[in-house]
Amino acid sequence: MKQIKILGSGCRSCEITANVIAQAAKDADVAIEIEKVTDIAEIMAYGVMSTPGVVVDGKVVHAGGLPGPDQARAWVQD
Amino acid sequence: MFDLFANALAFGILGLDPISRTGSAVHFFIMDVAKIFVLLVVVIYIMGLLRALVAPEKVRAFIRGRPDWQARGLAVSLGAVTPFCSCSSVPLFIGFVEAGIPLGVTFSFLIASPMINEVAAVILVGVLGWKLAFLYVLAGLFVAWFGGIVMQRFRPERWVEDYVWKIQMGETTLPEPDISFTGRHRYALAEVREIVGRIWKWVLIGIGVGALFHGYVPAGWVSEHLGGDSWYTVPAAVVLGIPLYSNATGIIPVAEAMLGKGVAVGTTLALMMSVAALSLPEMLILRKVIKWQALALFAAVLAVSFTLVGWGFNAIV
Repeated sequence: MKQIKILGSGCRSCEITANVIAQAAKDADVAIEIEKVTDIAEIMAYGVMSTPGVVVDGKVVHAGGLPGPDQARAWVQD
Repeated sequence: MFDLFANALAFGILGLDPISRTGSAVHFFIMDVAKIFVLLVVVIYIMGLLRALVAPEKVRAFIRGRPDWQARGLAVSLGAVTPFCSCSSVPLFIGFVEAGIPLGVTFSFLIASPMINEVAAVILVGVLGWKLAFLYVLAGLFVAWFGGIVMQRFRPERWVEDYVWKIQMGETTLPEPDISFTGRHRYALAEVREIVGRIWKWVLIGIGVGALFHGYVPAGWVSEHLGGDSWYTVPAAVVLGIPLYSNATGIIPVAEAMLGKGVAVGTTLALMMSVAALSLPEMLILRKVIKWQALALFAAVLAVSFTLVGWGFNAIV
């Protein structure tokens, strides 16, 4: 199962990002685990300064701005 | 073009009288809504296509380890082309500190970023002409440069929250952007949606305030009280701008209406900068990384600089 982390200190864009990814996983019928990382030290440890950031299985795939639905689809699939 | 459209809608379809107060306010509102939103979408889309918006991670990598004056020059100019969202100011601040970038340089960046951006600059040219746009950008760069230097003098390091020094930032290679035309187009569209979605409220409010000012405030009253002859109008404009918050684009229609009624240029610039760069929500977010003494100093340095710039322009123009 894919572990997806949303990096962001709780701004609205982070919520939307989490929803977009959850929706993409549901549409693709893939089981994923979403975790919201709000601790600033932990976010910075990923080398990300612009939020929301997205981490898939430990790898940063996105930083800053809302991801598009097609990007989200690519992350939840293999 | 926008004028014709606004004429047709306000005076033709709505049947308002062009010389009435309501008529001129509605005309101003329609014209600015059309003009500013068209410009916003076009400019952001083009910037997105060129990928001209610089991510803060890159800024950090550019600035770190450079001598002070170079670092400050880069911070100020990159601040002007970095899209700024106040929700990013905390990670940005920590990232800069962690890279060993001097706090004064970081403050220069934090001043320049919300105040100047290329989108607002193009809209300024479209609405107020290139002269005023040039003055605004110049004043902004100037305040960011010297504001940072003054902040450094007060040794703000002692007011940084302890945990900030302890954070270790990881090294990641961010995903390479897709630079094919489709990729750029998609990125540009997302950028338009994101930025317009974030700032449209501020822009509408700004246009509303501008329209009311344009329609209902008599020019005689303005020239008597805000014409630039009395010394206190500039600091009053700065103080008024502190609790008011809008982004750099939202304040442009207000400035347009003020200048149209004869408010002095320096007073208008002071209000614009104060509204765009000095805001309570932004301060409260920064409170997470620096103590209130540093915030008070930051606000004071900015308020004094804006006042000096305002007086300067009122004296020259």
